[in-house]
Amino acid sequence: MPPMTDARMKTGKDAAAENGTTVNATYNFAFLDEQTKRMIRRALLKAVAIPGYQVPFASREMPMPYGWGTGGIQVTASVIGPEDVLKVIDQGSDDTTNAISIRKFFERTTGVETTEKTAAATLIQTRHRIPEAPLSEGQILIYQVPIPEPLRFLEPRETETRQMHALEEYGLMHVKLYEDIARHGHIATTYAYPVKVAGRYVMDPSPTPKFDNPKMDAMPALQLFGAGREKRIYAIPPYTEVKSLDFDDHPFELPTWDSVCAACGAADTYLDEVILDDQGGRMFVCSDTDHCAARQAAGHRGPGPATEPRR
Amino acid sequence: MTTADISTLTPGLNDPVFDGQAIFRALLMAMAAPGRVRSVPATVEGPVPLTPAAAGVALAMFDLATPVWLAPPIDNPAVRGFLAFHCRCPIASDPAAAAFAIVDAAGAEDLAQFAPGTPEYPDRSTTVLVQVDGLMEAPGVRLSGPGIERHHDLRVAGVGKRFWAAQAANAACFPLGVDVVLVHGYNLAALPRTTKVET
Repeated sequence: MPPMTDARMKTGKDAAAENGTTVNATYNFAFLDEQTKRMIRRALLKAVAIPGYQVPFASREMPMPYGWGTGGIQVTASVIGPEDVLKVIDQGSDDTTNAISIRKFFERTTGVETTEKTAAATLIQTRHRIPEAPLSEGQILIYQVPIPEPLRFLEPRETETRQMHALEEYGLMHVKLYEDIARHGHIATTYAYPVKVAGRYVMDPSPTPKFDNPKMDAMPALQLFGAGREKRIYAIPPYTEVKSLDFDDHPFELPTWDSVCAACGAADTYLDEVILDDQGGRMFVCSDTDHCAARQAAGHRGPGPATEPRR
Repeated sequence: MTTADISTLTPGLNDPVFDGQAIFRALLMAMAAPGRVRSVPATVEGPVPLTPAAAGVALAMFDLATPVWLAPPIDNPAVRGFLAFHCRCPIASDPAAAAFAIVDAAGAEDLAQFAPGTPEYPDRSTTVLVQVDGLMEAPGVRLSGPGIERHHDLRVAGVGKRFWAAQAANAACFPLGVDVVLVHGYNLAALPRTTKVET
């Protein structure tokens, strides 16, 4: 029996009426035409079936420049439906330029409900952070990716890197990490730290801080990656092993710091430095604004801005 | 060139945009959780012998860019007319040239006839829709792999040892291989090439 018999499908206009947003009716739902969506959807299915492998796709011109998240936007536009609740973050924050403009883009082209609450979102498009709160099954995290190829700065030719992935030839990446150790005494890569997915493909986790790498491992949510300029889509299915590359005698280490969040006092989150004046005054606050606001609402307080400017 | 017989042609999706999105989303989440049974959330009436789930996936995913191969028990003028009219997809004469295939359980016993992709481009592989006699999240075979936290149980009716042997041989080719979507009635469940099957 059909699960939905006579109930009319909810459309973008219905979603807009419920959520008080204005849909721009000049465009198809979610901006892209249906042929483009099908092409991206087929690439997404293959990306999920081959975890960590970069599927080429016919990336379209979007009404914003490359580098503003056109890959993530095309993935979101192909996945989103009127029932979805969308959250967009830029470096963990819901209210910076990139996050606001992408959120407005989808409000205008789909009418879907948007949120800043990580737990309330069904789709989260992100630029370079993974939310601090654990994600759950059924949620989809969509990354904006600038350079999808982890080997690109070691080998500029696409024909060669493709073959290296095909042959599982990742020695060059280990040499790069080894050179870090030889020069600095430790692996000095702090973001876009390469990972191996499901024991096969080495993948660029996009320029997220390596602090976020452990969150990718066995995450209950589906992770999708879109690179618009480079025309690649890749994915990590839920509950999939994601291992940061390392050596037996130099295991992967998380960065540590002494500061706590000045606003909420959290000692276990990724912190942004905020410059307060031209006398060297500064403070550190959570980069995940929703997590920080939720902690403050629950009564947690940080030390506030440092009273004495440092040197 | 196939032309559709308008007098027997069954309709496409009520709303191609929203039904298409909902069907794709069900398929995506099925592929992300192998062995979990999802239903196609739209009213679909495919021509005999296409099940609603197979016809729904066809309407949502097939188009000019996807050659489709039909196994002999599925292939008839009504199915060809339905696909030609609604999807405009070419019908492949060679299973190895197909982006999608629709087969019955017997047709899925030989997965090696389909495109497994190439070492550089393992995504250029066939997605095989298999029409089975029943699909339940119940003890039958035990699945593990990416997308599965510990293991998923799946009971598939109407398939035998040779079907599961073909699945195992396909999984052994990783990262090459085909991706299988089992369909029955309005239900579907995915067996991507990464899934290990214990019978």
